[in-house]
Amino acid sequence: MIAGVAPAARLFAALVLVTAIAALRHPMAQGVALIGAFVLVLLAGRPPAVLLHRLRHVEGFLVLLLVMLPFTVEGTSLVAIGPLDASAEGLWRAFGIVMKVNAAAALLFALIGDLDPVRLGHAARRLGVPLRLVQVFVFTARYVDLFRDEIRRLREAMRARAFTAGTSLHAFRSYGNMAGMVLVRALERAKRVEEAMRCRAFDGRLPAIGPPESRAGAAACTAMALVAAGTLLALDLMP
Amino acid sequence: MAHIPDGVLSLPVAAAGWAGAVAMAGVALRRLEEERIPETAILAAVFFTVSLVAVPVGPSSVHLLLSALMGLMIGPLVTVAVMVGLALQLLLFGFGGLTSFGVNTVNIALPGVVAALVLAGPVARAAPGRAALLAGIAGAVSVLATGGGVALALALSSGDYVPSARVVVVTYLPLAAAEALVTGFAIGFLKRVKPDALMGATP
Repeated sequence: MIAGVAPAARLFAALVLVTAIAALRHPMAQGVALIGAFVLVLLAGRPPAVLLHRLRHVEGFLVLLLVMLPFTVEGTSLVAIGPLDASAEGLWRAFGIVMKVNAAAALLFALIGDLDPVRLGHAARRLGVPLRLVQVFVFTARYVDLFRDEIRRLREAMRARAFTAGTSLHAFRSYGNMAGMVLVRALERAKRVEEAMRCRAFDGRLPAIGPPESRAGAAACTAMALVAAGTLLALDLMP
Repeated sequence: MAHIPDGVLSLPVAAAGWAGAVAMAGVALRRLEEERIPETAILAAVFFTVSLVAVPVGPSSVHLLLSALMGLMIGPLVTVAVMVGLALQLLLFGFGGLTSFGVNTVNIALPGVVAALVLAGPVARAAPGRAALLAGIAGAVSVLATGGGVALALALSSGDYVPSARVVVVTYLPLAAAEALVTGFAIGFLKRVKPDALMGATP
């Protein structure tokens, strides 16, 4: 359903909805946003297993924040552990943040998670992101896999020379040299890439050639996102 | 830990972060000639992939930010490399967020830009050993600045975050140590192998 919609409209919808979610304060609105986001993931036909894997990582940032919130927010006492006092208000705050963060992550996964960098980059250009930034983004995305392989080969070479990862000066020096080596090779590659581009009539200007995108469903997608964001904000203001 | 997700920051803080990031990107993009887009992008890809390597520190491991190393090599273009890296993280792994994108960009890129402004010249002129030492210090300081930025963004978003924000700063100490050593050794390596890779080495 979502896969056919123009990427620029999907990116705009994601921006609107994530901003609305970030503004929510009421647990009911936050819960509705979370359920809505999960429903959207299912409707979009995106694999829930991949989403759960992602959410587990997102939760890493929250642990520190959330474990402390119940103890730092003043309010009705729930449990007391020695001098520490967990408040109901603090627990609700923490729970609310978990719902918001997960709702936003699920929403992004549903709306833009299946776009490849080229399509996302040119969608961002339609929304006003400068062309040069988009060009660097598309170029970078193309080279990431290549340098991942390069680093993998270098680390294999290190292991073949009996390098073991650990906390030692030698290990840090090896990582530093590895980073330096990859950078040296990258600079040489950049020079070759530029030469190759010049051979193909690159005169220092890059045209903005994006993939052809249909405009299908763009208006409907934008309208639905605005209505959904408005509904969430209205729910949030309800007593 | 430097990638704050959506839904944690208050909207005014998120908006201020976006404003800062847009201003920094404006400055950087004015210096980015179209000719240099391939080279900048290829280096950005390296910084991104190196930051994916888990570097063991004690019983845990850290992912480097590399902002000082980036600053010493590409100067103000750090902002472009960081924005691209954060966008890829968000798209490929779901780390970070859209509303928090500006704050995350400023937190990571600004220390790199400052490192470039202050140290690019001295590092380019110094002997390899001294350059490595300066770069190491820049690495540690920039990581701590990023940690401070994350803590500040949290504290400004809500007074309830303040105690957690203090703990956040402490969690950056192991990363600062690892970053200092790797940045120092990497700059030492580049000084010996390819000194013109550093910013300020060639006019």
